[in-house]
Amino acid sequence: MNPGDDQDRSAVHYKHTTLSGWGHFPALDCDLYRPEKVSELAEIVTGNSSSVIARGSGRAYGDAAVNGGNRVACLTRLSRMLAFDAESGILRCEAGVTLGEIIEVFMRRGFFPAVVPGTRFVTVGGAIAADIHGKSHHRDSSFGAHVKSFTLMLASGEIRRCTREENSDLFWATLGGMGLTGVIMEAEIVLRRVESAWLQGETVVASNIDEAIEAFERFDPIYDNSVAWIDCLSKGSALGRSALDVGSFAAPDGLPSSKRQQPFRISHPRRPTVPFNFPAFTLSGPMVRTFNSAIYINYRRSAGHKLFDYESFFFPLDSIGNWNRIYGRRGFVQYQCVWPLAESRAGLIETLEAITNTGRGSFLAVLKKFGQQQGMLSFPIPGYTLALDFPVADGLMEFLERLDAMVLSRGGRVYLAKDARMRAETFAAMYPKLAEWQQVKVSADPSNRFSSSLARRIGLSPQ
Amino acid sequence: MRVLILGATSPIARLLAGRFAQDGASLYLAARDSGEAQRIANDLAVRNGVDALSGRFDAADFSSHGEFVQRVVSELGGLDGVVLAFGTLGDEDAAQVAPGAALSTIHQNFTGAVSLLTLLARILETQKHGFFIVIGSVAGDRGRARNYVYGSAKAALHAFTQGLRGRTERSGVHVMTVKLGTVDTRMTWGREGAMLTVSPESAADRIYAAYRRRAEVVYVPWYWRPIMGALKLIPERLFKRTNF
Repeated sequence: MNPGDDQDRSAVHYKHTTLSGWGHFPALDCDLYRPEKVSELAEIVTGNSSSVIARGSGRAYGDAAVNGGNRVACLTRLSRMLAFDAESGILRCEAGVTLGEIIEVFMRRGFFPAVVPGTRFVTVGGAIAADIHGKSHHRDSSFGAHVKSFTLMLASGEIRRCTREENSDLFWATLGGMGLTGVIMEAEIVLRRVESAWLQGETVVASNIDEAIEAFERFDPIYDNSVAWIDCLSKGSALGRSALDVGSFAAPDGLPSSKRQQPFRISHPRRPTVPFNFPAFTLSGPMVRTFNSAIYINYRRSAGHKLFDYESFFFPLDSIGNWNRIYGRRGFVQYQCVWPLAESRAGLIETLEAITNTGRGSFLAVLKKFGQQQGMLSFPIPGYTLALDFPVADGLMEFLERLDAMVLSRGGRVYLAKDARMRAETFAAMYPKLAEWQQVKVSADPSNRFSSSLARRIGLSPQ
Repeated sequence: MRVLILGATSPIARLLAGRFAQDGASLYLAARDSGEAQRIANDLAVRNGVDALSGRFDAADFSSHGEFVQRVVSELGGLDGVVLAFGTLGDEDAAQVAPGAALSTIHQNFTGAVSLLTLLARILETQKHGFFIVIGSVAGDRGRARNYVYGSAKAALHAFTQGLRGRTERSGVHVMTVKLGTVDTRMTWGREGAMLTVSPESAADRIYAAYRRRAEVVYVPWYWRPIMGALKLIPERLFKRTNF
C-alpha cells in the first residue's frame, strides 16, 4: 500500500526521501518521520498499517534502519535523559540519546558507558537493537549486558517494560533484535565508574596472525580493552600482521602531573571533514596497499607503553567527519564475521588468504576477541572477529558470498548491523536461535508492523 | 536566576532552556503537554544539575492564566525572566475558511500571549528587573496568501511586544523580540517550501547570544532581515501574484 494515503489523517508529517545506512549502500526511498513528542511516536506506530522501523543516528552500515517503500521513524529528537542515580550509576534515558551525549554529560562526573562501539554517535536505542560490542567485549560482553530494562512500544501503542525478569522473552529478543519487536523508547543502562579520561596501555606489533592471536591471549587478561588493526594485504609469513592497542582507564595517580589536576579534561582538536564523495580511484589496490604499509610502519615506530585519551582510543574515526565519503558515491560494504574460538585461527587465515588472492584490499580491517553472548540474535559469540570494509565494485557481492560460505562452514556468523547483502538461507544457518526469536516476534508483533529492508531481505519478516 | 519557559516542548525552547540551565538558572517549563514538559525538565536537571520544574498551561484558556502565573512564581520562589516560545502554524487551510479555526490560531499565537505577558509584565515591572524573550516569526513581517492567519497573529505579537518594550524600559525590564526564520522542526518537517532552514541548535545559540547582548529585535538567522526587508519593498500589486 502507499503510505502517502495516510498523510491527511495523521497530523504527523513525513518527508519522502532516499535513505541509506552509513555505508551509503543500499539507498532506498522511504517516508521518514521524526517525532518530537512521545504522543507523535504513538501516532506514527498506530496510525497507519504500513510497516515502520525505528532509526537512530543511521550508523548501521547497511539496510537495518532503512525501510524501502515504507516508513522509518527517526528518534533522534526523543533524546531526553530522565534520571540518574550516582550511587548505582544507572541512567534512565530515551532511545535517541547518543553515547557521545552521555560521555559529554557524565565523563566529568566520573562515569562512562560500559560498552562503546567505534563511534560515539550511535544512539542508546540503536545500541540495544544491534546489541553493539566494543573493545572491552572480552571483559564486559556487549551493550545488552549493561541494560537493566527498556520500554518497548508495540504495534497497538501498548508500552511494555522488559527486564531479565519481566517480559524476559521480549527482553532477549529485543537485544540484537534490530528493532523488529517494537520501538525501543527508554532504557535504564548502567554506566561504569572511571577515574580519568585517559587509558594506560600499550601498542604491540605482531608480525603475523599467530603473533596477533598470541598477543590477544596475553594482554586480554591484563587490560580491559583491546583491538587490533590488521593489514589484510600482506602475504605469506607476514599474513595477518597487525598492531594491537590495549589499555584500561587510568587512575589519576597513574597520570603525569600535568594531567593529574584535571583528570577528565582532554583537548578536542578541530574535526576535519571529508567534504564530498571521493572519486573511485582513491581506494584502488595500490593506494590501499601503500596506506596499509604506512600505517604498519607508523605503528612499529610508536610501539610500547603509552597513554591514550579516550577519544583517540575508542573513536579514532570520529575525528574525521563523514569519513564514509572516501568510498565515493557507490558506497561501501562492511563485512564483520566471528568464528568460534576453536575455528578462529583457521578461519582468519582462510579469509585473509582469500582477500590477498583477489587483491580486494580492505582499507580498514579490525581484529578483536569476543567474550560472552547476550540476546537471541546478538552477534558476538566467544571467538575472534574480523571487520573489513570494501568499496562497492563489480564482483564484490559474489566474493562476499564466498566468504559467507567459508565463515558458515566453521560455525561462524556475520554481523547484521553491518550487513547489506547476506542471503536469507545463510543468515538462518548462522543464527541457531532464530526459531526461538521468531516465536517471540509473532506473539509481540503478529501483524509485522515492524519491518525493515534488512528484515525482509534475510527473512526476519515476510516479504 | 529563575526563568519561566512558556511552550517548553518546542525544540528551540528546550535548547534555549538548556543554555539557561548551563549558566545555572532554575527553570519552570510550561507546556500544554505536561508529560513532555516533565521529560524536558528531567533532562535539564540530569544534564546540568539545576532545579527544573514543570507544569501545564493552555495559552487559549485565559481564565486560568492568573492562577498559573501565581503558581509559577511561588514554586520558583520569584521570577527573573520569561521565554515565550509557544505558537503554532495550526491548520492554515482550515483557518482560511472557518472562523473557528482562524480564531484558534490567533489565540494560540497572539491573544494567549497578550494575556500572559500582561500578567507577567506586572510582576517584573513591580520588582524593577527581569526580561522577556518573545519568539515571533518572519511570517509576521508581511501577510502572505500561504499563511496569513498565522502571519497576522505574529505581526500583532510583534507590535504588542514593541509597545511593551517601550513601557517596561523605564522600570528596567528588557523585552527582546525574535523574528524566527524557518527552523528544522516539526513545523517545517516534510512541508513544501521550507527553505534556508537552520537547525534548532543554531537558532537557540543565536537567540541566547542576542539575549546576552540585550538585543531589541533580532532576526534568526540574521539574513532574514535583508530578505524580509526586500520582500516588504515589493509593491502590493505585484506581491499578491507571487508564490511566497
